[in-house]
Amino acid sequence: MTAVGAVRRPSAGPSVLGQSRRRAELGLIVMAVAITGALYTLAGLGKTASVPANIGPFLAVIAVLFLTAHLAVRRLAPMADGILLPVAALLNGIGYVFIARLKPSLAPNQATWTGVGIIAFVVTLAVVRRTRDLERYRYTFLLGGLGLLVLPLVPGLGLSINGARIWAHLGPISFQPGEFAKIALALFFASYLVEKRELLSMATWPKFRPVLPDLKHLGPVLLAWGVAVLVMTAETDLGSSLLLFGLFMAMLWVATGRVGYPVGGTALFGVAAYGAWTQFGHVQDRVTNWLNPWADPLGRGNQVVQAWYALAWGGVAGTGIGLGRPDRIPVVENDFIFAAIGEELGLLGATGLLMAYLIFVGSGLRVATQAEHAFDKLLAAGLTALMGLQSFVIIAGVIRVLPLTGVVLPFISYGGSATVANYVLLALLLRISAETTAKRSTKATAGAAA
Amino acid sequence: MDRSIRRLGVFLMGLFCVLFVQLNYIQVFRAEDLNTKPGNSRPVDVAFSRPRGTVSTADGVIVSRSVPSNDRQKFQREFPEGELYAAISGYFNYSFGATGIEGAFNDELSGRTAKQQVRSIGDLFTSKDNTGNIKLTVRSDVQAAAKAALGDQKGSVVVLDPQTGGVLALWSWPSFDPNKLSVHDYDQASQAKAFYEAAPGKPLLAKAYREIYAPGSTFKVVTGATGVESGKVTVNEPSYPVLTSLDVPQTSRNLSNFDGESCGGTLFQILAVSCNSSFGQMGLDLGGPTMVKGAEAFGFNQTPPFDLAAARSTFPVVDWKQNQPVLAQAGIGQGQVAASPLQMALVAAGIANDGVVLEPHVVDEIRDGDNELISKDDPTQWKRAVSPQTADIMRQAMRQVVATGTATRLQIDGLDVGAKTGTAQFGPSSPLQSHAWVIAWAGPAGQKPTVAVAVLVDGQPGNSEQTGGRVAAPIARAVIEAAMKPLPAPPAATTTTTASTTTVPAGGN
Repeated sequence: MTAVGAVRRPSAGPSVLGQSRRRAELGLIVMAVAITGALYTLAGLGKTASVPANIGPFLAVIAVLFLTAHLAVRRLAPMADGILLPVAALLNGIGYVFIARLKPSLAPNQATWTGVGIIAFVVTLAVVRRTRDLERYRYTFLLGGLGLLVLPLVPGLGLSINGARIWAHLGPISFQPGEFAKIALALFFASYLVEKRELLSMATWPKFRPVLPDLKHLGPVLLAWGVAVLVMTAETDLGSSLLLFGLFMAMLWVATGRVGYPVGGTALFGVAAYGAWTQFGHVQDRVTNWLNPWADPLGRGNQVVQAWYALAWGGVAGTGIGLGRPDRIPVVENDFIFAAIGEELGLLGATGLLMAYLIFVGSGLRVATQAEHAFDKLLAAGLTALMGLQSFVIIAGVIRVLPLTGVVLPFISYGGSATVANYVLLALLLRISAETTAKRSTKATAGAAA
Repeated sequence: MDRSIRRLGVFLMGLFCVLFVQLNYIQVFRAEDLNTKPGNSRPVDVAFSRPRGTVSTADGVIVSRSVPSNDRQKFQREFPEGELYAAISGYFNYSFGATGIEGAFNDELSGRTAKQQVRSIGDLFTSKDNTGNIKLTVRSDVQAAAKAALGDQKGSVVVLDPQTGGVLALWSWPSFDPNKLSVHDYDQASQAKAFYEAAPGKPLLAKAYREIYAPGSTFKVVTGATGVESGKVTVNEPSYPVLTSLDVPQTSRNLSNFDGESCGGTLFQILAVSCNSSFGQMGLDLGGPTMVKGAEAFGFNQTPPFDLAAARSTFPVVDWKQNQPVLAQAGIGQGQVAASPLQMALVAAGIANDGVVLEPHVVDEIRDGDNELISKDDPTQWKRAVSPQTADIMRQAMRQVVATGTATRLQIDGLDVGAKTGTAQFGPSSPLQSHAWVIAWAGPAGQKPTVAVAVLVDGQPGNSEQTGGRVAAPIARAVIEAAMKPLPAPPAATTTTTASTTTVPAGGN
């Protein structure tokens, strides 16, 4: 099977499927650009009652950015899924418009980072021609991922902002290495679990230990996870800790098909969380604010209370972009940008956003089910779960379904590291999809020829 | 593996469903509750950054309006007439809130009532001006007359239309300039607030309807009406003995007449000269429960259904067997009886309007920016105070007060006027100080009265029954004469000009 795929190139030029996917992608990107442009215009009208003066250049820049990404896909991964990139473009566009509307001074930065993200996207597609080649570097990814996680703790490099020590200084740029560590660890988990999954899911579990397989198979994974969680605790970054744990559980579940892992793991995590709650003041604060933010609505509960006020004020249809008062929410352009969107676009807009993430998750998981190799399946499922869980965790924190944990809303929140990392993640998903489709159409062609 | 990938998909979709449910909970089910939560500054922010409608008098003089400003709040509320309507309009300040009409009708002015928000689905797609413009029942000429007549004496003037309950004028001095409290600069506004709070006479308090005072002899109208209504008092019966003071049971303190004069007689006689001993006796004869019922029939012990937050006037409810002196004092409006000038105007209005007290109001109608009617205040009965027959007898009695009694200064050519004066002592006995009161109604001869008035002049030296007639009656006369003139024509479009050019007779202080 692999021989066929490796030796036979797809028949000259992209297949019919690839062509139709690219056409759909182009159409959807044009729509995403149009929606972004319309929102940008409305934001200008809402704030200053005038069409933004730079609407022409603005449209040109985002069109060029996303069309570049589209052309790169055409060139480098012509058979890839045609939905993921437009959804990312739409989310990124909405995010940019809201950042520009909330903190105009941050907009140029975010635009630059989007540009860097697109470059990273193209470079990833160009460099990673076969995801399975990455399998070999599993311990490099493990060490790299852990190294990135520890980086902010290194004296002289690390930097503490807003109570979480998740920043690293390298020369003139500061970034959040954790965003890249998640992808590296997903790569490691995928390759490691592919090798061990048979053992881990074996039906020959000892009768009286039905929950856990032999520790020696699970050991390295548990170790990696434990180190990651420890580092997170040291950096007081609860969100990433939760995310990393969720990613690990999702991949273990997918790899083994045993729901006992996530269930048992969640119980373990619950114990760890309880321990953290008893030990750390900041965890207690988070939980208290979650349970009853109204106890201190002007102090520690302020962000969540203001987010609720914002959402309620928006109601079903929203105030209209530029017409709400999301500036009442502290640090709204970061973790709480979802509340601003909910206020100004209303329940309808917020639901639309949820749908966009669900479409991304659905497309990503379809890539995973269609992939032929276990590693590709696991990696695609893991990366998709990462996106889905991350958007869930932060939105849930903002609307008080979960305690607030500081993670960014993928593609939307302000932040360079996250934007770039998400484009790398997107590129990996597209690469897996392209490989799969190419192989399938080759097989189909071969079948037809035979 | 595919099976667990699909399950992972279902799991993630489940998580997003939880988010969707919670969003509905916040943005739909809890929205109203959250939007009105104290501490939620959004409604305030919005109120302060939106245009608001204008407030104007019945004859079209602008009381308050919003003009664009270039700072954070986008609009500056201005009050072109300064202090003249302060007790009605209130002020509008981001930090201190809003009072008066600005506070009570905030939603209507800013267009946030449900009725103004969406009247049809088509409104969603057109830019309607849904801010509310409020037209008051207040007349600029009567208001100016009240201000001029009271001058720099502390006190209040309330003028009502007894047939509608509409307030024609409402003035208290000392007053304040709402512009000074509505400026956006916090330091300026708080300095002004501190100044007014420290100033004597509570300038910020709308004393005409938010402060209660002993009503003194004006309350004898209520006592008399209660007596007639109960059937125990008629025009001819009883005839109270002529005394200089009444020996009140359970106390060594007698109820004296003013200046030690002796008086007595039938209802018309004793009301005309305001005979304390006779009305004290009438109170004792009627008994506590009847007096309570009579006072409450006029609105005492209840908050008037005024469209601004009004004070409750009080009549004592005690164990009457133990408290005969309280009852005797209450009969002449002293002791534990206390009434706002608005309440006493309502007493006069009730007598004038055949015994029916209508709900008092200052807001006549509200229209949106496109001149569509939002709400209109129809005359609504608040109290059936007394029967029409009793009201007629009390009108005759009050005419006698004007013809031969303590309110001769209210004799006006061509007008049918009835009144009752009052002088209520308050505070320490030395130096002697009193409130000078008059309540009155008036109308063209042979017609139902069209004006009811209460005037209170605060802190007069001495304590003579003549004080009410001498000090308060001329003020009542001035406002009655003003109210009898036809409604002035609305001023030429003043909305775009500055405050100083609006046309209102200059006040007299």
